[in-house]
Amino acid sequence: MVIAESKPLAEILDMIKDFKKIVVAGCKGCVTVCCAGGEKEVAILASELRIARKAAGNELEVKEYTCERQCDPEYIEPLDDLVADADAVLSIACSVGPQYVAARYPYLRVYPGLNTTSIGGAVEHGVWTEFCQACGSCIIGNFGGLCPITRCAKQLLNGPCGGSSEGICEVGKGSIPCIWQLIYDRLKNLGELHKLTEVQLYKNWSTSRDGGLRTTTREELKQ
Amino acid sequence: MTAEYSAGSKLEKIFKSGQKAVTGECGPPRGTDVEHFKKKAAFLKGNVDAVNVTDNQTAVVRFCSMAAAKLLLEMGQEPVMQMVTRDMNRIGLQSNILGAAALGIKNLLCLTGDHQSFGDNPQAKNVHDMDSIMLAHTLKNMRDEGKMVSGTECQGRPRMFIGAAANPFADPQEFRVVRMGKKIAAGVQFIQTQCIYNMERWRKFMEMANDMGLTEKCFIMAGITPLKSVGMANYMKKFVPGLDVPDSYITRLKGVPKDKVAAEGIKIAVEQIQECLAMKGVAGIHLMAIEWEDHVPEIVKAAGLLPRPVVEAD
Ligand code: SF4
Ligand code: SF4
Repeated sequence: MVIAESKPLAEILDMIKDFKKIVVAGCKGCVTVCCAGGEKEVAILASELRIARKAAGNELEVKEYTCERQCDPEYIEPLDDLVADADAVLSIACSVGPQYVAARYPYLRVYPGLNTTSIGGAVEHGVWTEFCQACGSCIIGNFGGLCPITRCAKQLLNGPCGGSSEGICEVGKGSIPCIWQLIYDRLKNLGELHKLTEVQLYKNWSTSRDGGLRTTTREELKQ
Repeated sequence: MTAEYSAGSKLEKIFKSGQKAVTGECGPPRGTDVEHFKKKAAFLKGNVDAVNVTDNQTAVVRFCSMAAAKLLLEMGQEPVMQMVTRDMNRIGLQSNILGAAALGIKNLLCLTGDHQSFGDNPQAKNVHDMDSIMLAHTLKNMRDEGKMVSGTECQGRPRMFIGAAANPFADPQEFRVVRMGKKIAAGVQFIQTQCIYNMERWRKFMEMANDMGLTEKCFIMAGITPLKSVGMANYMKKFVPGLDVPDSYITRLKGVPKDKVAAEGIKIAVEQIQECLAMKGVAGIHLMAIEWEDHVPEIVKAAGLLPRPVVEAD
């Protein structure tokens, strides 16, 4: 799923400092699962903003709404009435959401309340890690099902580099496992270490963001 | 004699004559201080066969390795130009290979490079379109097949001797030699290792390399960095990933009076050089006397490596 986290309150307050009425719009998709932008977080953020602005002697009217999904025009529709007299929308969906909101309301200001950090998942309670960078042509089948593009700091396809020490990556001050050690261990378990003796040559990055904006089209589903 | 040498660099010729080669290192300055660079390089002249010029090492901005390599050529010294894949994509890298070859640079060391989080621009974007192994493969293909990555014909092939680095002390230990073998399979002709301190582990590495037949296919140079002080030894041990300095060296350095520590460090380096050269498959020494270039003549002499062979590059 898409992982996101809240921007610092001060940054959000600064973004909306000129407004009197805003809508905080959440999303029931990924950001609900990673506890960053669901109904609960919408309510918390809305009251934090009201309190902060009240304390500053500049009251803010905040309406709350959490879309089924913000990356879908039909689920944004219910915002129509709420935004009618609002100065801005503060979206706490992943950063796809505010762009859908912007597309629907050409004359309305939209701000992101979250930082979208990665495509990943929870690794323990309250900790989420990145697993995929959406390079557009998945090659993890060569690496025991683990992604060196995302999880190796140097995106090595022929790792591990000389900085791999006792399973830990040289980057990250000891906090990040060396994915190449994990790939090695897994292929060893699978009896496939010979795969690591093959030289991996150039990756085609044109399917990644390097190739320009990516659009996925499924002709059979188009209307 | 184009036929017998792939690049015709002095380094290649010395290796192929069966003599042990010695390379040094000279880091370009963090500015345009050419004189400082030349001064450091001058200490190496006649004492090493070729001089590595680093490419923004430790991800700190310095003047570029191609310019430094060209300066060395003008000083009558043979450069080993280092090139990292961190800062440029395949377009930039191939372009620099061609440019360097056009300037007469005949040795290229293919590296991935230190991560930018270690340097002075941790907010920089990194590229990593290729890694060191792909870079070596690229150069080999350009040189031997006349083909660029895209398949386009090179109009004039870059004649360069292909090098890479290896760290025998990183993990997983049993994979380090295999990975070096991948580099060799991709086209690497000479290897310079990370600084060696743990002689036992190094010996094992070389035994494996010999067993795998890698020393027949590639010239392996033992990387030696003299320990200047106890502080440096401790720093290397603690903070440089994958570098293990055994306590015995630290004890030795601590055991001599303060003004004798440097001399003891040099003594250790000389012993290491001699021990390395006696090992089967070690084709030379890569002496990285970082900001200690003025001690290189003394070390090389004490190790019995002078005079250096007189050989002309093509
Ligand atoms: S190889 Fe590409 S698509 Fe597959 S996990 Fe890695 S980044 Fe994602
Ligand atoms: S230590 Fe491992 S994960 Fe980190 S950069 Fe090197 S190979 Fe990649």
